[in-house]
Amino acid sequence: MNQVLTSRSALEMSATHSKDALASHQTVRTPDPDAHPSRLRADGVSVFYGDKQALFDVSIDIPEKSVSALIGPSGCGKSTFLRCINRMNDTIEGCKVTGDITLDGQNLYDGNLDVVELRARIGMVFQKPNPFPKSIFENVAYGPKIHGLARNKTDLEEIVVTSLQKAGLFEEVKDRLHSPGTGLSGGQQQRLCIARAMAVGPEVILMDEPCSALDPIATAIIEELIDELRSNYTIVIVTHSMQQAARVSQKTAFFHLGKLIEEGPTEAIFTNPREKRTQDYITGRIG
Amino acid sequence: MNSLMIAAILLVLLGLAYQVGWSRSRALATSGGGRFHSRFHYHGALVAIWAVAPAALILGLWALFGQTVSASYVQSLLPVELVSAGGNPLATAISRVRALASGYGVAGEVADYEAAAADALARFQLIVTLIVVGSAAACGILALLFARRRITPRLRARNQVERAITLLLVACSAIAILTTVGIVASLVSEAIRFFTFVNPLDFFFGTVWNPVFSSTGGGSGRYGLLPLLWGTTMIAIIAMLVALPIGLMTAIYLNQYAPRGVRAVVKPIVEILAGIPTIVYGFFALTTVGPFLSGFGAMIGLDIRGTSALTAGLVMGIMIIPFISSLSDDILSQVPTSLRDGSYGLGATQSETIRRVLLPAALPGIVGAFLLAVSRAIGETMIVVLAAGNSPVLRANPLEPTSTVTVSIVNQLTGDTDFTGPQSLVAFALGLTLFVITLCLNVVALYIVRRFREQYD
Ligand SMILES: Nc1ncnc2c1ncn2[C@@H]1O[C@H](COP(=O)(O)OP(=O)(O)OP(=O)(O)O)[C@@H](O)[C@H]1O
Ligand SMILES: [Mg+2]
Repeated sequence: MNQVLTSRSALEMSATHSKDALASHQTVRTPDPDAHPSRLRADGVSVFYGDKQALFDVSIDIPEKSVSALIGPSGCGKSTFLRCINRMNDTIEGCKVTGDITLDGQNLYDGNLDVVELRARIGMVFQKPNPFPKSIFENVAYGPKIHGLARNKTDLEEIVVTSLQKAGLFEEVKDRLHSPGTGLSGGQQQRLCIARAMAVGPEVILMDEPCSALDPIATAIIEELIDELRSNYTIVIVTHSMQQAARVSQKTAFFHLGKLIEEGPTEAIFTNPREKRTQDYITGRIG
Repeated sequence: MNSLMIAAILLVLLGLAYQVGWSRSRALATSGGGRFHSRFHYHGALVAIWAVAPAALILGLWALFGQTVSASYVQSLLPVELVSAGGNPLATAISRVRALASGYGVAGEVADYEAAAADALARFQLIVTLIVVGSAAACGILALLFARRRITPRLRARNQVERAITLLLVACSAIAILTTVGIVASLVSEAIRFFTFVNPLDFFFGTVWNPVFSSTGGGSGRYGLLPLLWGTTMIAIIAMLVALPIGLMTAIYLNQYAPRGVRAVVKPIVEILAGIPTIVYGFFALTTVGPFLSGFGAMIGLDIRGTSALTAGLVMGIMIIPFISSLSDDILSQVPTSLRDGSYGLGATQSETIRRVLLPAALPGIVGAFLLAVSRAIGETMIVVLAAGNSPVLRANPLEPTSTVTVSIVNQLTGDTDFTGPQSLVAFALGLTLFVITLCLNVVALYIVRRFREQYD
């Protein structure tokens, strides 16, 4: 199935190429016969910040219940692409997105789509832990409260506790649920943010360099957590660490200068990259 | 020898010294004196500082104490009876002698002793001026030569100039602080004089304000603070009721909703409001808002007076809007965008994000801004002078005229001011009260704002 999709997007891309010389590039795709089916797809996505184009015609399928890693040198558009998936780019003035991103066949850039509801389905964890200046409990309860997910107090408490447990934070904070979330350590704060994202019951979780502000131990804990979450969630993670991408992801996509250069199973990308630029980046020659 | 000439001499000294230091160090360097620690212009600056500092110090001391010295000199020339009597006649005599000495005429007959003293004073002043300026110039030149001899390649002129700059900056801030202290001291001492006439309890807790002027005769009047304080409070409350919601919502709109183009136009326009002189607001209140309000009141069957607490409060509120909106705008901008993004990322709408994340996070800062605005409202004078109606009576109805602390200060200090009776001294007690109130508000506000800043560093 994956192969069919790949050739389909490749076909469409070659059609756009003839019109747009700027986007004359071809993503190298290595199909993965074992991959989970994809419910989330990007098709010919380009992003402009004002007049400046930051992403060129990116097409990729994100398999469900697995981790996909986006790698590439700084400024290549990884975060930009990630933000397209839950339409966080809407909050940036002057940012324009063209192309399609679909979740279960529904176009996310359809004018009728409720962005607010979409963001509840596609959660996001940011580079720097950003707990609200509220208590740990209130941080996690924030999403369920605004979406009306809990019918009463007990419900809410249950959601909060389950989410904290899923994020592997509950044991550490169960005695101080009502102390401020900003008082936790960096690694704990990041897990709090993960718990907060999970409390609204998303299907997809986007993570933008979730470990870049953390020390190796906190990083290892988060990576372990990501690996556990994989069985229930579709996860897309941006990372600057090759090792991290190799450890946690099943699929890897390499971006360079706003273009998706190569994508495929993580193993194939890291052991046998087919594009020279991919190889150069992985071996540390560009970046 | 006027001050312009003295300034010119100092400037010449400065330029000369700089030139000397610069060329001396350069000459040393070219004649193979070794590698210089500091560049030539630092040596020039250092010599200039050395040359000007002692001269400026001498001139400064003269400026500070010259008057006192000449006064005591004049006293020594005046008849003994006059000096031992002291008080006003002595002060008058001294200023008459001064005026004569500087060649201005004086009213009335010039007594013999006055003429003689004036002659002596003129001579004395000339000599003193020459001595002072001469010694200043001499010190400057000596210091210049000394500094010139200090120049060696190893001299750390750059670091020493740095230290001199630090000293200069410290001195300037000291001036600001000393001025504040001086103002407070004079307020306090005059207020204490007032309290020798009026019992502090009667002042702070009195409910009647009726300062009878001495010229109109009869008693010394009653000085109860409460009616004024109440008027001030009432007007400030009305002003804040107008300014806080409008200012805050303007800030939220500008900060969160307005597209860049709109913001670029609206923000400066709102800030123009802050640049309008308060007297202009005053006659806006008097000629436009007051009549409008009373007409409007007549329409709905309310008796609103043209000049009233309501008029003054409304207009003052308008004046304070830009103050609140630009402070709140700054504070909202300080809330990290990562918090905003976090909330959007969870599927919150814009207004949910503002209500549940942005405003709570910014609340301490907004409270601080609010308190600063209140202290502004309390100290505001021109609008209330024109629009509050000047009726210092304790009553709760904001539709009636009222009066404030600031208005009463203006009233007590215009016209008959001899600063010996409670009628004008009360202004200092009022000023002190006002000062203490706004000081407390400002301290609390700054404390809150600072705590808030630290949170997001
Ligand atoms: N808000 C913005 N306004 C204008 N240009 C932007 C904006 N955000 C990103 N860009 C530009 O878009 C390009 C891609 O940025 P992006 O943040 O997606 O890179 P990235 O791959 O995430 O880099 P990094 O690894 O450093 O986070 C960059 O050239 C950047 O300058
Ligand atoms: Mg990034």
